[in-house]
Amino acid sequence: MEFTLITLLNGMSYGLLLFMLSSGLTLIFSMMGVLNFAHASFYMLGAYFAYAISIKIGFWPALVVAPLLVGVIGAVVERYGLRSVHKYGHIPELLFTFGLSYVLVELVQLIWGRAAVPYPIPAELDGPLFTLYTTTFPIYRGFMMLIAVLMLVSIFLVLTKTRIGLVIQAALTHPDMVESLGHNVPRVFMLVFGGGCALAGLAGVIGGNAFVTEPGMAATVGSIIFVVVVVGGMGSLAGALLASLLIGVLQTFAVALDHSFATLFTSFGAVITPDTFGYPVLNLTISQVAPIMPYLLLVLILIFRPRGLMGTREG
Amino acid sequence: MSALALELKDVRKSFGKSEIIRGANLQVPKGERFAIIGPNGAGKSTLFNLISGRFPVSSGEILLNGKSILGLKPFEINRSGLSRSFQITNIFHRLSVYENLRCAVLWSLGYKYSFWHRLNGLKDAHERAEQVLEQIGLRRRRDTLAGLLTYAEQRALEIGITIAGGADVILLDEPTAGMSRSESDAAVELIRKVTVGKTLLMVEHDMSVVFGLADKIAVVVYGEVIACDKPANIRNNQKVQEAYLGGHAPVAEAGV
Amino acid sequence: MNTMTMTNTLTYKPVNLGRWIVWGLFALILIVAPMIFNSGASLSILSQIGTVMIFGLSYNMLLGQGGMLSFGHAVYSGLGAFFAIHAMNMAAGGQIWMPVTLIPLVGGLAGMFFGILFGYVTTKKSGTTFAMITLGIVELVFACSLMFPGFFGGEGGISTNRVYGEKFLGVTFGPQIQVYYLIAAWLFISTIGMFAFTQTPLGRIINAVRDNPERVEFIGYDTQWARYLTLILSGFFAGISGGLSAINFEIVTAENVSALRSGGVLLFTFIGGVGFFFGPMIGAIIGVFLTVMLSDFTKAWQLYLGVFFILIVMYAPGGIASIIMMNLRVAKYGKYKQIWPQVVAVCITGAVAALGLVALIEMMYHLTLESVNGTETKLFGFIVDTAKPTGWLVAGALLAAGGAAFWLAKKSFQRVWGEVNSEIEHLIRRAEA
Repeated sequence: MEFTLITLLNGMSYGLLLFMLSSGLTLIFSMMGVLNFAHASFYMLGAYFAYAISIKIGFWPALVVAPLLVGVIGAVVERYGLRSVHKYGHIPELLFTFGLSYVLVELVQLIWGRAAVPYPIPAELDGPLFTLYTTTFPIYRGFMMLIAVLMLVSIFLVLTKTRIGLVIQAALTHPDMVESLGHNVPRVFMLVFGGGCALAGLAGVIGGNAFVTEPGMAATVGSIIFVVVVVGGMGSLAGALLASLLIGVLQTFAVALDHSFATLFTSFGAVITPDTFGYPVLNLTISQVAPIMPYLLLVLILIFRPRGLMGTREG
Repeated sequence: MSALALELKDVRKSFGKSEIIRGANLQVPKGERFAIIGPNGAGKSTLFNLISGRFPVSSGEILLNGKSILGLKPFEINRSGLSRSFQITNIFHRLSVYENLRCAVLWSLGYKYSFWHRLNGLKDAHERAEQVLEQIGLRRRRDTLAGLLTYAEQRALEIGITIAGGADVILLDEPTAGMSRSESDAAVELIRKVTVGKTLLMVEHDMSVVFGLADKIAVVVYGEVIACDKPANIRNNQKVQEAYLGGHAPVAEAGV
Repeated sequence: MNTMTMTNTLTYKPVNLGRWIVWGLFALILIVAPMIFNSGASLSILSQIGTVMIFGLSYNMLLGQGGMLSFGHAVYSGLGAFFAIHAMNMAAGGQIWMPVTLIPLVGGLAGMFFGILFGYVTTKKSGTTFAMITLGIVELVFACSLMFPGFFGGEGGISTNRVYGEKFLGVTFGPQIQVYYLIAAWLFISTIGMFAFTQTPLGRIINAVRDNPERVEFIGYDTQWARYLTLILSGFFAGISGGLSAINFEIVTAENVSALRSGGVLLFTFIGGVGFFFGPMIGAIIGVFLTVMLSDFTKAWQLYLGVFFILIVMYAPGGIASIIMMNLRVAKYGKYKQIWPQVVAVCITGAVAALGLVALIEMMYHLTLESVNGTETKLFGFIVDTAKPTGWLVAGALLAAGGAAFWLAKKSFQRVWGEVNSEIEHLIRRAEA
């Protein structure tokens, strides 16, 4: 019971972090048709900027400034890089972001080195939030969930209640029409791209000290957020939320479970030895299988329900 | 064996809640040239898309040479002898004109997915492609990349790709769209030449093309075929005049 | 500079002699290369280039010829490599008869098998969805590699000894030179095979699928089936390259089936040029140089590779091959004298700016990563003290001056380039009329 609850909470906080990342990716993809391969690299940038700012000034300024910085960089990348590649089609756009992801990781190593940097959790947020039986739930996890929920709510409000939000929603599906109505759609694209990157940067600020801040962090989370976006449905924010939570909870549970088919069969009285046919597969514990689960889910969704859980159109 | 090349029986198509095609009935005898006209949004292109298998019908029956083609994929319908062109030019822009046509004949000559035949050694494919090249008048542009042709040349190539495979039932979707008068006349001549002995179904807005080429005209309004008759009778048809020709078609006043 | 409009097909030349000359020259280069570059390191690089060429060519069957962007092509070469290396070990142990010369075939068949298996799933979709499925599958296989250490060898991978069995005409494949010639032979055969593919009905139809998948359905072809078959054939050749890699390195690890390696072949093939058959071959040469040789000179080689790739995507999406062909076209029409001053200017100013940038980056890398070794570093033959400002100022000045001059030279170049190409296109049109 205690295990389930704590794991559930941990899974949800991880899932919400994934959502912070994939929400920006979904928005960018919906509007511009560009699958931003460099999205996880902007996440990494957010963490590194937050580290640099928080050791000089403090965590709370970093929380505000770092995402803004990342957003500005994103907007610049869109304006001077992506936009000029746009005329060649979707594949070159994808390849541009692909190359960008490489370059960003290398630049970060250039400035901060190859080892992980000690980006600390601020003292005020360190420590247990509450104790459930014997396991503590850290304050910082709760803080992460809070920020994620606040972010979710504010995106929702901006998109539905403000004028720019309406324009963005319209441009999501009919950019040409919106442009012929007189809106500066390229500027909207730049805003959305920058905004999406800022969201990724915010996730980096939050996640960088909860997990680890190192050049490899982009790769670790990069493929998972693509799974989230595709499983949730390209272009659906609600789908991204659902998929993030699903994958976050599933993975957190799976990593903690040590059962396998072998243990299952043995509990029914079967005798499993290393000589049994298929032993390598039977002996795999769920925790060992955990890393492939998101990709398995991706492949299955793409075969059976290619528009994702809540998507309205295919890729 | 049916004498009808194409038959639509009470075909309906809805996209979500909007019913675009509301019970279309059409009978196209073999070897005749049909023009499909109607106001914008009437569902003409949708009908084409339904017939060629691009969209599935919501209900109704479509028969090609007497056999139902409901639920068949586009390439299956094509292999059954129906070929179509597109309103927005749909060619292979990075292949040369000659290669475009050669691709179009490969299936009909039975080469299928062969990766063991030497393409340049296939005499029949070569001859057929050259033949169509000559017919559509693009001999001078043989080795130009299709994407670099002028608009009218691309439309001619479009027609060439459509007929190259030797299909018996040809669907042309606004073949003269965007053409000048002289280009249209040339296109009409081309269409007349290449559809000899075949069944032709053509969506058109240009009335001179329609009245010059068609044996029969089908008028589609709001997803229904409200009339299907010889051109002269269509001109005088009351319903058609109200719905499409504007209620007082000047042609009718010229005395019939 | 519009480099995307070049044709993929070699146009029909009435004289077959041209074809014999090109292939003969290719074979000659393959035979003679190790005699010119005969150091041990060079042989190793040539061997690597050979395997990567096959890999890149097989990848271009999907990307350049079929318009299918795959992020997971290493699955076919990597699994081919694993099967090949297990076959080698089994042959060495006497369990099967499989001489080293036929090992690449084992790899090829394995690659083809997985092409049949995975391809069925991946080719159901196209475009971005296809790309995403391929990414999912490569990550899946990579993650599986750690789950089944029996087959994949866990962290250490599987090793082998390529010297086994009886000598074949005195050849043991122990020395690198013998391995090189084995690779060269398979490269020659595979290149002929893949080129022949482009001259078959399926090869042309997959081009049509690339240009307009919907239209292909309306000329009687099932787009999915065309893609599936092409992927199977591509997997076959990828498997051959994997098998050769197993022979060459005598070890196969999980990295062979990784998204990283898949990304690498994408990068190299694109840099080489996807619109031309020989583009991936150029990409292989450049790619191996950058990863193997450049990494000896500088720690920043991945950064340079990434930046180079981005520049290609932005300014020459047809790759190096297209740059070469465009320049050849200008020369063929005798118009090079009109542009060579601008070309030279652009190259020189660009080189100066690049020099400054590289110097800055190298100094920064030294500061960040090697400061434990002191502040001095060797840069283009000069000893530079990164703590003092002189080095930085010089580099900065080079970058600024070179950059400004490059910007000016670029504008002038673009003008004459545009003029020359319009003239050429005009001449082409006139010749057709």
